[in-house]
Amino acid sequence: MSAIAPERAGVTTQAIEGSQPVRLAPNYWPFVVPALVVVGAVIVFPWAFTLWMSVNSWTLGQSRSFAGMENYLRLASDPRFWESLWHTLTYTFLSVVAPMFFGTVAALIFDARFPLRGLLRGLFVMPMMATPVAVALVWTMMFHPQLGVLNYLLSLVGIPAQEWIFNPNTVIPSLVAVETWQWTPLVMLIVLGGLASVPREPFESAEIDGANAWQQFRYLTLPMIAPFLMIAVIIRTIDALKSFDIIYAMTQGGPGTASETINIYLYNTAFSYYDMGYGSAMAVVFFIVIVALSFILLMLRQRSQWIDAEGK
Amino acid sequence: MGSRLLNKIGLFFGALVLVSPAILFFLWMISLSLKFEIDNGAYPPILIPERFAWSNYAKVFEENNFLLYMWNSVLVTGTATLLALLIGVPAGYGIARLKAERSAIVIMIARMTPGLSYLIPLFLLFQWLGILGTLWPQIIIHLVVTVPIVVWVMIGYFETTPMELEEAANIDGASSWQVFRLVALPIAKPGIVVAFILSIIFSWNNFVFGVVLASRETRTLPVAVYNMLSYEQVSWGPLAAAALVVTLPVLVLTMFAQRQIVAGLTAGAVKGG
Repeated sequence: MSAIAPERAGVTTQAIEGSQPVRLAPNYWPFVVPALVVVGAVIVFPWAFTLWMSVNSWTLGQSRSFAGMENYLRLASDPRFWESLWHTLTYTFLSVVAPMFFGTVAALIFDARFPLRGLLRGLFVMPMMATPVAVALVWTMMFHPQLGVLNYLLSLVGIPAQEWIFNPNTVIPSLVAVETWQWTPLVMLIVLGGLASVPREPFESAEIDGANAWQQFRYLTLPMIAPFLMIAVIIRTIDALKSFDIIYAMTQGGPGTASETINIYLYNTAFSYYDMGYGSAMAVVFFIVIVALSFILLMLRQRSQWIDAEGK
Repeated sequence: MGSRLLNKIGLFFGALVLVSPAILFFLWMISLSLKFEIDNGAYPPILIPERFAWSNYAKVFEENNFLLYMWNSVLVTGTATLLALLIGVPAGYGIARLKAERSAIVIMIARMTPGLSYLIPLFLLFQWLGILGTLWPQIIIHLVVTVPIVVWVMIGYFETTPMELEEAANIDGASSWQVFRLVALPIAKPGIVVAFILSIIFSWNNFVFGVVLASRETRTLPVAVYNMLSYEQVSWGPLAAAALVVTLPVLVLTMFAQRQIVAGLTAGAVKGG
């Protein structure tokens, strides 16, 4: 009996060791390939085509000719393009900062327990799910200088009527207000996810040590949710840079070109003037701007994660 | 005890203030859609009119071919979402198990790319293929929206599902496909529901693809409601009614699936970001 036992044990160990290389390598690539094919067809092919077209001069209905870097040089000396880039950056900056602030505050509130929390949170999420074009049309009516409800509300508290999206000076902040109204919930959800992953214990000991609410937030909560805040900033930046529906439906870049972002100018170039070559060059530069900004933010995120890991 | 109750009441009112822009907006939207032109032009504005203009809704369906456009939206969103689930769920699984960060980056780049830069080449391609008059161009291009959402959500979900069961099945001699079908997939059902809902919502809401690719017969609802703006002499009632009709399906879906959406976006989906 005692002689058999070790032998058996030996056999079992051997069997496991023998079969290890075989079962350690399940092949997962077949799962990914169909998606890669589709992504290639719908995403990579258009990119190759766009790059090729950006070095051609081609207005739809006319003949195409090779143009080299001409489109890019034209872009560099196009004041309307530089203006639209400036609009894009302003719009994006405001559309990241405002939702980040309100979204974080909302997340801190919704992380606590209070009556009707579920219902209020559900209502809070509504705007981000609503169809942007439909929302934009209703906002346009609300912004109406004479008949709009917003100027009426302002008059109740004694503020003079504004021209909102109909004035070049206020059009971008007005659009940002709509963007903020719609996308604050996404920030809230991301930060709420971060708060859910925060452990309880440090707060209990901080409480015992006599830290007040602000100190707890500043030195415990904030560092722990920093990676989530970074994710929210990155997603918000990408989405704000690409924003199209709200701007196009409400102002189409107007009045004049006061709210024309790169995306709107790109649309007009390609699908109003049908200047496909120039539009493609613009698409390439626009994409580089988005990738560059995202990349910078991703690097920051990596760093914030490191700090987070070291902190633990 | 008293201060805790006070605290809760404070939080409740804080939340109420934050939610009020959303509530007031949708109330006003409903109000606009139920008022006759005289009431919509009244100053000071009227929230609840004496007579409800239900005719605004009848007008939307009678004059603007809205039933056809609604059907188009259902077909485009439905097909694009089902195709995305078919290829996106296995892909999310594969990427999570391979820990293939590079593939995830491809998906991220898809999110970064402005829709318009797909549109120029694909518009020309569809024109060359001669399918611009059908719904196929929109279905195909909506995959750009739906596939990344599904893959993203599923990566997040499969990363959190325990590996032990799969390893056990593996030792018992199950193939990768069997492990996926019989072990991983059933556990990931809540994730699939989240991916399905989010994919439907964001595909339904998409405007930019339709505005370029749709002809008179193939418009989806967001494009149709935008087009009303140029036809109607900006008569607010019917326009607001149309806007509400377009966005009501997704709002109802959000209402019923609130729990899944919030859970999915907070737990699984965001993690992968």
